[in-house]
Amino acid sequence: MTVLKPLAALLLVAGLAACSTDVEDTDATAGATPGYGAGQFDPASVEYFNQSIGDRVYFATDSSLLDAASQATLRAQADWLRQNAARTATIEGHADERGTREYNLALGARRAAAARSFLIGEGIDASRLRMVTYGKERPEALCSNDSCWSQNRRSVTVIAGGPIS
Amino acid sequence: MTARRRPFRSLAAVSLAALVAAGAALAPAPGAAQEPLRIEITEGVIEPMPIAIPAFVSNGGASAYAQEIRQVVVDDLAGSGLFRIIDSSAYLGRIGSVDERPEFENWRVINAEALGIAEAAMTEDGRLQARFQLWDVYGGKPLGDGLGLRAAAGDARRIGHKIADAIHLALTGEPGYFDSRVAFVSESGPKNARQKRIAVMDQDGANLRYVTDGGSLVLAPEFSPAGDSLVYISWGSGAPKVVYQDLRGGGSEVLGSFPSMSFAPKFSPDGGRVLMSLTDGANTDIYSMSLSSRQLTKLTSGPAIETSPDFSPDGAQIVFESDAGGTPQLYVMPASGGAPRRISFGDGRYGTPVWSPRGDQIAFTKQLGGRFHVGVMRTDGSNERLLTASFLDEGPTWSPNGRVLMFFRESPGASGAPQIWRVDANGRNLRRAPTPGAASDPSWSPLLP
Repeated sequence: MTVLKPLAALLLVAGLAACSTDVEDTDATAGATPGYGAGQFDPASVEYFNQSIGDRVYFATDSSLLDAASQATLRAQADWLRQNAARTATIEGHADERGTREYNLALGARRAAAARSFLIGEGIDASRLRMVTYGKERPEALCSNDSCWSQNRRSVTVIAGGPIS
Repeated sequence: MTARRRPFRSLAAVSLAALVAAGAALAPAPGAAQEPLRIEITEGVIEPMPIAIPAFVSNGGASAYAQEIRQVVVDDLAGSGLFRIIDSSAYLGRIGSVDERPEFENWRVINAEALGIAEAAMTEDGRLQARFQLWDVYGGKPLGDGLGLRAAAGDARRIGHKIADAIHLALTGEPGYFDSRVAFVSESGPKNARQKRIAVMDQDGANLRYVTDGGSLVLAPEFSPAGDSLVYISWGSGAPKVVYQDLRGGGSEVLGSFPSMSFAPKFSPDGGRVLMSLTDGANTDIYSMSLSSRQLTKLTSGPAIETSPDFSPDGAQIVFESDAGGTPQLYVMPASGGAPRRISFGDGRYGTPVWSPRGDQIAFTKQLGGRFHVGVMRTDGSNERLLTASFLDEGPTWSPNGRVLMFFRESPGASGAPQIWRVDANGRNLRRAPTPGAASDPSWSPLLP
């Protein structure tokens, strides 16, 4: 275990670096920007959105209902999107592996639509919010019990740079 | 032993597109004085019929092909579970020519009930020619008129599949399924970043080729009724869209130019339409698209998820999955839309219904008590039978003769991966289908021409 821990830390850094390459502007250096302490991000950065606000919300089995915690997360996402008006987002809908592929594609779409509708209800222009379902094809957690399935029943708001063409 | 002696169908020479029937009429069957050999396929346990397939008589540089073709015939027949191929080392009889009447006594002593004799030769233009005759050993008579087949040497395996299909037809009264292909999703890489490619192989795993390059997520290939094109789902444009793919060297194209995501494609029996689900997210409904005009017709409405449609073989009805009643269940509606009739009433959740080629059954995925099953039911929902059970069994597809189902079975956990399996529609003969790696979403083609 002691050997693995530094490795895990390295992987986390590598993951963040990979995320930041998707961003065109100055946020790429957000983690190291002077004026923000260790572990803090520029509030305009994608890292801030993903980690400080939270890029995802979770759902109960077969459900696309947004509970109070999910609504709070999405409200904060909407605030951020208002403050960063040049940003657009793709909302991914996902399902756990306990269903057929085709049903889960529809269920993932339903979850993405629930999150998107909430953001639109909070005043975000629909044209800034794309939607895609992955069904059960892109699991976040890989074990086969509810501790993982609950992490996979999610919608993820993926921030992009410019306006939707 | 369930072999019976009853009237039989004459074995017409089979023609192929790539393989040209030579039309060589072999030893014509005499008037059926006695009832010929026949396997009756029933729900019960079947004792495989022992048959002998001696080494093919071959000449003109065809001997290597002859061996390959014989092995295809043996593997097809044995794999069906209906036949037992008696080991060659037991054979006493010598075969000189396909035109010679066999010494039946030599085959009776090893208990062969049927005897398949073939010869192969290279033609002057470098093609492979095969002739085949099946005999009823105890009746001492030919079964059917025999086959004459001619093909490019590269199609040697198809000659074997055609011979196996002819034997299946002669001895069961039903067409076989051996000269057919399977489209599927070939999978590689870790569970959370799996690369998926559409692939096509012969039903026995030979002649694998990839249709897509793995650059985009793809799922759910489905053969056209003519077997010459596919529809599948691709995320190539970012979101899932139904794609049409010509397999004869033509290209591929996204079907339709609407903003909705589209998935769950299926051809109509005449090949002129494609059913699919379109989703605006909150709602998913079933549409039918004309391939000639690309016009969409909406077939379902309401706020529920309606997906996984499939036509009845006569094209008159559509079976599909809907969660309008709270959980996913199976429904049947007219092909033009209209009031759906629920057909699944058991416990659990139902999905991926597929109508049998004979029209009498619907196969499905069922999720019950933490397990997944592939099952079959009559088209009114009665007589439900679960054929398999595992952590995840999903997505059945029918063999062209409606006797066998392929589906995929996924193992649990971080290292879990799917494999394609096959099972007879009566629940017997469960076994892996040969794919080079992880594989899912099988779609069985029709019998090739």
